[in-house]
Amino acid sequence: MEVKHKIAPRFKIKIDRELCRHCKRCTVNCSFGALIYNGSQIVADPALCVACQRCAIMCPQDAISILPGEINYAPHPTFNDRQRRIIFEQSSTGGVLLTGMGNDLEYMSIFDDLLLDACQVTNPSIDPLREPVETKTYIGRKPDKISVTEENNRFVLKKETYPHVVLSTPITVGHMSLGSLSYPAMLAILRACKEMEIMAGTGEGGLHPDFYQYGKYINSEVASGRFGVEPKYLKNVAALEIKIGQGAKPGHGGHLPGEKVDKLIAETRMIPVGTDALSPYPHHDIYSIEDLQQLIGALKEASRYKVPVGVKIAAVHNSAPIASGIVRAGADFVTLDGFRGGTGASPRVIRDHAGIPVEMAVASVDQRLREEGIRNQASIFAGGGIRYSADILKIIALGADAVMLGQSVMIAMGCRVCQQCHRGLCPWGIATQEPQLVSRMDADVATQRLVNLFTAWTEEIKEILGAMGIDSIESLVGNRDRLRYIGSNPHIAEILDVKHVGE
Amino acid sequence: MYFKSIVKPPKGYNSRVFDSCGIAAYMNADGRMESGEKIVKMITTMLDRENGLGAGFALYGIFPDRKDFFCFQMLLDNADARDRVSAYLSKYCKIIDEEPIRINPKANVKPPHPLLWRFFLSPLEGKKQELDEYEYMMKIIMFINAEIEGAFCMSSGKNMGVFKGNGWSRDVAQFYCIEEIKSYFFMAHSRFPTNTPGWWGGAHPFNIFGLSIVHNGEITSYGSNKRFVEMFGYRCTLMTDSEVVTYIMDLLTRKHQLPLQVACMAAAPLYHHVIETFEGERREFWRAIRETYRPAMINGPFSICVGFNDKTPTLMGLTDRKKLRPLIAARSKNNKTFYLSSEECAIRILGEEIGEVWAPLAGNPVIIEKQKGLVWKGEKNPLEDRKLEIVV
Repeated sequence: MEVKHKIAPRFKIKIDRELCRHCKRCTVNCSFGALIYNGSQIVADPALCVACQRCAIMCPQDAISILPGEINYAPHPTFNDRQRRIIFEQSSTGGVLLTGMGNDLEYMSIFDDLLLDACQVTNPSIDPLREPVETKTYIGRKPDKISVTEENNRFVLKKETYPHVVLSTPITVGHMSLGSLSYPAMLAILRACKEMEIMAGTGEGGLHPDFYQYGKYINSEVASGRFGVEPKYLKNVAALEIKIGQGAKPGHGGHLPGEKVDKLIAETRMIPVGTDALSPYPHHDIYSIEDLQQLIGALKEASRYKVPVGVKIAAVHNSAPIASGIVRAGADFVTLDGFRGGTGASPRVIRDHAGIPVEMAVASVDQRLREEGIRNQASIFAGGGIRYSADILKIIALGADAVMLGQSVMIAMGCRVCQQCHRGLCPWGIATQEPQLVSRMDADVATQRLVNLFTAWTEEIKEILGAMGIDSIESLVGNRDRLRYIGSNPHIAEILDVKHVGE
Repeated sequence: MYFKSIVKPPKGYNSRVFDSCGIAAYMNADGRMESGEKIVKMITTMLDRENGLGAGFALYGIFPDRKDFFCFQMLLDNADARDRVSAYLSKYCKIIDEEPIRINPKANVKPPHPLLWRFFLSPLEGKKQELDEYEYMMKIIMFINAEIEGAFCMSSGKNMGVFKGNGWSRDVAQFYCIEEIKSYFFMAHSRFPTNTPGWWGGAHPFNIFGLSIVHNGEITSYGSNKRFVEMFGYRCTLMTDSEVVTYIMDLLTRKHQLPLQVACMAAAPLYHHVIETFEGERREFWRAIRETYRPAMINGPFSICVGFNDKTPTLMGLTDRKKLRPLIAARSKNNKTFYLSSEECAIRILGEEIGEVWAPLAGNPVIIEKQKGLVWKGEKNPLEDRKLEIVV
């Protein structure tokens, strides 16, 4: 039974009464119902405000500002405001707290403790505006070697061939489903990937018939609910990925609330309208590594061995041996999703407290695969908390082949990180299926913003590679020699196999 | 900085050494033996390219009477280290012969000098089991260099030897009496390290079996290359770029059996955008190389000369694909001798005998084989007039 506490609001809505012209645009724009017009003026209910900034940005008079709430609890280091709020909320409802986006706790960032190298004197740096610097990346299994024999001015090349994906830059968009995302948001991502010649994940949302034309740039996800998995979804795409886990909620399945399952989503996922789309926690046909091997094999058969098949896992304590097992089970790529990874809906407790940073997972997985001599059998994707091009360079130097982005992609499309994705009320039209909210999203504008972002980051990657005297991204993969650790914990540097600054 | 060993870095030492250097090499393709005066002349001419912190020579064909045995030329801290090596070797090999390496102690090379000793070896058949004899011997070399205190194997090939140490090239040549040793195929290196613990083992040439490398440059992909070769059992113990280049060339040419020209294509590949302008098999060939040998690509400025004698004795010169380090090639007027060098002066100093002199293209090898002479001049795109066949 619900016994609500009265909880002080987190935010305060300040309306400048002199500037406000009562146009009521804010009341239409606030999808959370925090602003209404009472007949004489705009009134705010700060308890409903999530600081999405929609009202403040849409106000033609700039009359609205969102301020931090004034919470006057007596200070306490253990039971700070956040902890008290969690207890109040849960003792009110008896429920599991849900949330969206990535971990919002202030864990230290290992990325920020790593510094990049640059050339001086002994080695010329390269100006990418004058000379080629390559970012092309091959994803998929590589042969151990090729065999070339020479017979009278004739080279005979014998090679094993494996399917691969060629990316123009080591950036991909991670798995966000149609359902968690709106139709125009999904469309913008796929169009941007086509223009950039990179790849986007489908999430566990199936593939809408309109999107078949982007098949060459799509990585279809096969997750535990198998939503939307049908022949067209498996063929004519660039890659297939079995989702075992997700960085935001390791050990959990998928949660798409029924509110978001309208006709479009229901058709794509092949489920009834309005039902919760809950993917089981494990795949119920995969209880061990041998079972995974069977599914990898089945997907390779189903796709006629034409596309690489990968496996995504959340970065957890034992990622290295797990990844080794996955590669030996036949995966052509392994995706490691760090504990800062985003989500459309997840229990807050698991988002905030489970998993490990992707930096550590990539370093230990790359090391393990090399020790076992199987690093060439699979590419490594890294995701979960990658914020900008510097993080991309650092994670590649630690051993990843390419990255997958989620939260930064949403921010580029207009997300203000209010972390309410699970409620289906996204006022920016990104993580919602409400037709009126979805109509706010302009797919053409969002496409261009994504293309701009990926182009800018690719240029920055080239700039830094050039400064390091490297003219091809493959020479940075696992090149930990070009990183230095500036943090305070030498043991982390040891695990990363990165020297300390000054060494 | 004080280090106990003078032959190699102590265990756990992990600071990489950067070099910038002079390189020179020549081969009498007709196999004519001569003493080493010319190579000494070539390398010492390029005085500006060294700073007295290391030089070395590789000479091929110098043990014709013991040409079937692996010759381990050892740098040792003292007699104890030699005994440790000897005891270890006798467990796994038949020691055919051993002797001190001839030196001239009066040469102007700063003491302390390591003990210089060579072993002629053949693998013990009983222990070798299914391994190929080179794989078997490689494990032994890797163990000595990584694990035996005060010992470093500076060369291990058959019928060849590397002679290197700390000092100016002129003095190192005198120390090892290079001008008195007869050979048909010489390589030389003088060093300008920019970070300088003075291990004798850190001088060039680097060697594994018949493959020797003299290298000028700094590898920006060191970390990727190192982790790649380690997957194949190599252990990088000297913390220099040149060591990893040696292992990459050995991996490509010996373990993976790639023709030399193809190995060079993997180490210094064409750009993707150039490859995509090709058609058919030529494009597929390049794509296969770039995809498979991503981590074998040597990035950053380099020019190298590589000598081989495990199969056909061959001299090869190669630069990085932007040619950020110099390499110049020449042939004698009688077309029997072929030269490579960092600078043209090192070739011109030889006077009248020099015929054509040319600059090979960036990332394009010059290949000289015994008997055949010049087989690839480095002036055309590789694969241009080759017939190609791809078998899947």
